[in-house]
Amino acid sequence: MNTSDIFNFLKPKNELENQEDTSAVQNQPFIPNELWVKCPCCKKPVLSSDLNDNNKVCPNCGYHFRIAARQRLEITVDKGSFEEFDSEMVSENKIDFPDYSRKLKNARLNSGENESVITGRAKIGGCDVVIGVMNSQFMMGSMGTVTGEKVTRSFEYATQNRLPVIIFTVSGGARMQEGILSLMQMAKTSGAVKLHSDAGLLYITVLTDPTTGGVTASFAMEGDIILSEPGALIAFAGPRVIEQTIRQKLPKDFQSAEFLLEKGFVDRVVPRCKMRETLTKLLVLHGGKPEINETEDNGKEGDSL
Amino acid sequence: MSAYDSVIAARANDRPTAVDYITKIFGDSFIELHGDRRFADDKAVIGGIAELGGKPVTVIALEKGRNLKERVERNFGSAHPEGYRKALRLMKQAEKFHRPVLCIVDTSGAYCGIGAEERGQGQAIAENLMEMMTLRTPILSVFIGEGGSGGALALAVADEVWMLENAIYSVISPEGCASILWKDATRTAEASECLKLTSQDLFKLGVIERIIREPKNLDSTMFDSFKTLIGQTFDKLSAVDTETLLAKRYNRFRKF
Repeated sequence: MNTSDIFNFLKPKNELENQEDTSAVQNQPFIPNELWVKCPCCKKPVLSSDLNDNNKVCPNCGYHFRIAARQRLEITVDKGSFEEFDSEMVSENKIDFPDYSRKLKNARLNSGENESVITGRAKIGGCDVVIGVMNSQFMMGSMGTVTGEKVTRSFEYATQNRLPVIIFTVSGGARMQEGILSLMQMAKTSGAVKLHSDAGLLYITVLTDPTTGGVTASFAMEGDIILSEPGALIAFAGPRVIEQTIRQKLPKDFQSAEFLLEKGFVDRVVPRCKMRETLTKLLVLHGGKPEINETEDNGKEGDSL
Repeated sequence: MSAYDSVIAARANDRPTAVDYITKIFGDSFIELHGDRRFADDKAVIGGIAELGGKPVTVIALEKGRNLKERVERNFGSAHPEGYRKALRLMKQAEKFHRPVLCIVDTSGAYCGIGAEERGQGQAIAENLMEMMTLRTPILSVFIGEGGSGGALALAVADEVWMLENAIYSVISPEGCASILWKDATRTAEASECLKLTSQDLFKLGVIERIIREPKNLDSTMFDSFKTLIGQTFDKLSAVDTETLLAKRYNRFRKF
């Protein structure tokens, strides 16, 4: 596998190029059929199965590959605890945007999901939470009306039931194909976050690669605690847009999770293998009541943060 | 008039900017207040207090500048995080002193640059969206020219949003949309139609409450009736008890 192949598979699938592609298996869509994957960071070959076993983190250098939403859920919540909300909700082409209906159909086929976010109720380390996980495979996690609605409903449910909310973000921003209606989702979700916050409840966001645009400028940056995965791109305007605006090359690692940590916009950069443990500790510190014998499911927990 | 005609009209260099509106509506009563108390004073955002019908009102505006020198100084109306933080500071001040907030929006978008990213452009906008939703005083936002995406929305989580007839409000610029969608930035007119960014489209979608008719020349008669309308609206909104006002504001955005 050569370098360009690597970038092809890292790149979100272009719906136009993959009209008939229905082969994506729900839990493993980012791993190509090839046995070996070259890590874009350390350039070493990694056995696909090793990468998968390591939750898509390079065993050599710790580079965090993107991970599908379902797999993220699996490694984050207690086994068997997830009850999904609104799984059947699907987007419509409300402003008759050209080609949007077809793109939606392809996104559903390619990702095996109905929208760019999965929401529901679960337990983490025995603590009850409402959780949302965005999905980069569904139109690059862009925020349409249904994305906003599912996030908003999750916050409203959490406010009514006095539960904390955890959201893993990954998004290219607002979904252009829904025009102004996608922009309104920024205000709608922010309103729901505010009411949840005013009720004295905890909201943790986990920013994953990439989190940009309208999602950064709304619920991604509104957490009481903002965590991020190592190396994640986190931006309002993406690097290409900025380079076009200022006509300069950006420094390396500009807008990385570590850069945002340094600038004071992220609380902690947490590697994937420590995420569940970190979330559990934070939930317990905010009154989460772990049930006995519930924390052992996902293992791999160290002793300290 | 096509959607693209509105785009051109909304961006026209001779179109009145926020300063013109402030001068014509509030005259000498406007007192400008500067700075976000954290980093700097962003000149793309003008804020202050003025008098309207004998009552105080907080005014916050995105200003593009009326000539090249001013435009450079105002960063062409594209605010940095400190601009949005200045706006929020003044909104909180308005809440404290129980005066309504008028936001005047005219921007191609929040600034995309190194400093803006380093100082948290996304976080600044997000905070405004959250805080405006529960600000305990009436908010009215008026789009007088361009309403570019999150940078406009950060001053438009309001009880009512109005647009000048030829103003536009969009999630992305038609150029940006065309270049992403068709890899061809020249298909701007087509993208303008698709995005439903005109005042008529947005009124139909329920995104705005009112379209302000534009006479051929935006003359003083328009400003006079506009001023009366703003005063009446603030009277109406101020008469509503705060909990009801906030519930309505939440539902105004919840419906989308």
